Amino acid sequence: MIPTFAAIAYLISAVCFIMALRGLSSPETARQGNFFGIGGMLLAVLTTLLLPGMHTYLPLLIAIAIGGSIGTYIALKIQMTALPQLVAGFHSLVGLAAVLVAISAFTAPDVYQIGELGHIHAGSLIEMALGVAIGAITFTGSIVAFAKLQGLVSGKPLVFKGQHVLNAGLGVAIVLLIVLLCASQSAAAFWLIILLSLALGFLLILPIGGADMPVVVSMLNSYSGWAACGIGFTLQNPLLIITGALVGSSGAILSYIMCKGMNRSIWNVILGGFGGDSNAAAAAGVVGDRTVKTGSAEDAAYIMKNASSVIIVPGYGMAVAQAQHSLREMADLLKKEGVTVRYAIHPVAGRMPGHMNVLLAEANVPYDEVFELDEINRDFGQADVAFVIGANDVTNPAAKSDPQSPIFGMPILDVEKAKTVLFVKRSMASGYAGVENELFFRSNTMMLFGDAKKMCEDICKSMD
Amino acid sequence: MSTPVTESAHNLSSQLRALADHADQLTQQLTDALAQQAASGQQPFFITGLTIFVLACFVGYYVVWRVTPALHSPLMAVTNAISSVIIVGALVAAGPDHFGFSSFMGVLAVLLAAVNIFGGFIVTQRMLAMYKKKAK
Repeated sequence: MIPTFAAIAYLISAVCFIMALRGLSSPETARQGNFFGIGGMLLAVLTTLLLPGMHTYLPLLIAIAIGGSIGTYIALKIQMTALPQLVAGFHSLVGLAAVLVAISAFTAPDVYQIGELGHIHAGSLIEMALGVAIGAITFTGSIVAFAKLQGLVSGKPLVFKGQHVLNAGLGVAIVLLIVLLCASQSAAAFWLIILLSLALGFLLILPIGGADMPVVVSMLNSYSGWAACGIGFTLQNPLLIITGALVGSSGAILSYIMCKGMNRSIWNVILGGFGGDSNAAAAAGVVGDRTVKTGSAEDAAYIMKNASSVIIVPGYGMAVAQAQHSLREMADLLKKEGVTVRYAIHPVAGRMPGHMNVLLAEANVPYDEVFELDEINRDFGQADVAFVIGANDVTNPAAKSDPQSPIFGMPILDVEKAKTVLFVKRSMASGYAGVENELFFRSNTMMLFGDAKKMCEDICKSMD
Repeated sequence: MSTPVTESAHNLSSQLRALADHADQLTQQLTDALAQQAASGQQPFFITGLTIFVLACFVGYYVVWRVTPALHSPLMAVTNAISSVIIVGALVAAGPDHFGFSSFMGVLAVLLAAVNIFGGFIVTQRMLAMYKKKAK
């Protein structure tokens, strides 16, 4: 049982965590919210150290010091473009920590007062098994996601025959083992659950392609929350349950928003196979017999200087080329010329939810110049220029007009309504979905071929 | 004359002490029974936990929908940091004075969670520091 002082302190921490999320409703309150989060965590850790059962301190403080320095170092060094793999890596740590805590609870249940070795209460066993299974899936799943995002393994979906049957079989086996564990208290069943869950996490994420990573990262975020929840039930700790539920629902909502941004169901994403580049070659063949209008940096500079309103549509290609700083310089020059410059962000523009906003913020783009799809989509009709840089699929009108297209139904930015559309692209290759973009061939479109960063720099030079 | 008074006072005090002892025993028995009741399932923790869980899901749902899409990345980083509150369980595991396999697992979990807590909050802070309003 948790002593009264600790229960109250835990409640205060839980409220702090809610305030931390609440603060994120606006950039003005967000920093304050983060301090609430830090305060809540500090309170929770100090309270736990003061619990009556605590006798060992030195190893704990050393562990916190080592872990804390590693975490601090990584967080200070990380590039903002590498944010998605950082978050995936951190999720794997939460998953592994959940597994370790569950193992420790299974091998020394008396410490948590949930029974004795070999005689753990059935309820606690179910919760423990669920926590450990979700934790293990989060662990290996996040490692695969990390490897894909970091480019350690191919971002291409890895699909093989009988994959879904194998995954379903593993899932059923885990459920059966949980039943067996409750009936027999068998340690072998417990270890098998961990092993099978580790394998399942690995197999679940492997077939998911690079383009779906925003959903995967959000989904794993959600899993790490549910794992914490399962452990909270096992240890009868309300703080863990509340926090786990907050994180779990947050991840679930983000997954939903990302799926909606691509007009795909969560099952479609999980079952995988999307986001390869197998169609790219086929699409390239079509280009041959149609002509596109190409332009130079000088042309682009001239068109934009004489516009009164420009909307910039950045995509992941811009981030890959590290063009955000030169892009912002270009926007600054345009603003000096009296042009209204705004940015339009598609929900899946980056590699994780909100990624593009962070990248623009890093390049000192004020957040009140950056708009979400719903806020700005109607304004393309009044814009003189839509400047699309490193984005493709999210502007493809086929999503609205062609029911045969794989991206049909996906919400897109209506760049074609602008008077002139400028596309900065390295080549005519299609985007992740492997779909031809009709817009390239329209008369009001001008293609600017080249590296995104170099193109922005050249446009800047031409404007002087 | 003073003897009967002191005697009766003495009697009274010993009676009182006996009563107090009795009351002590009674409360002891009562709390034991209550604890047993709690443990044996009259009102198992599961129901309390489930109540907390469902309500927290609702709180999470409404709070997260209010988060502006521009801050979805910091949201992921900060939820990642707070989900490491699992460190609480890890600390308890590593706390007992006899050091064995389970406390070793606990220490390891503390280390991993600490990486996450520091890393998650600091990277969130770094991101949030970059969000600036238009200079006017």
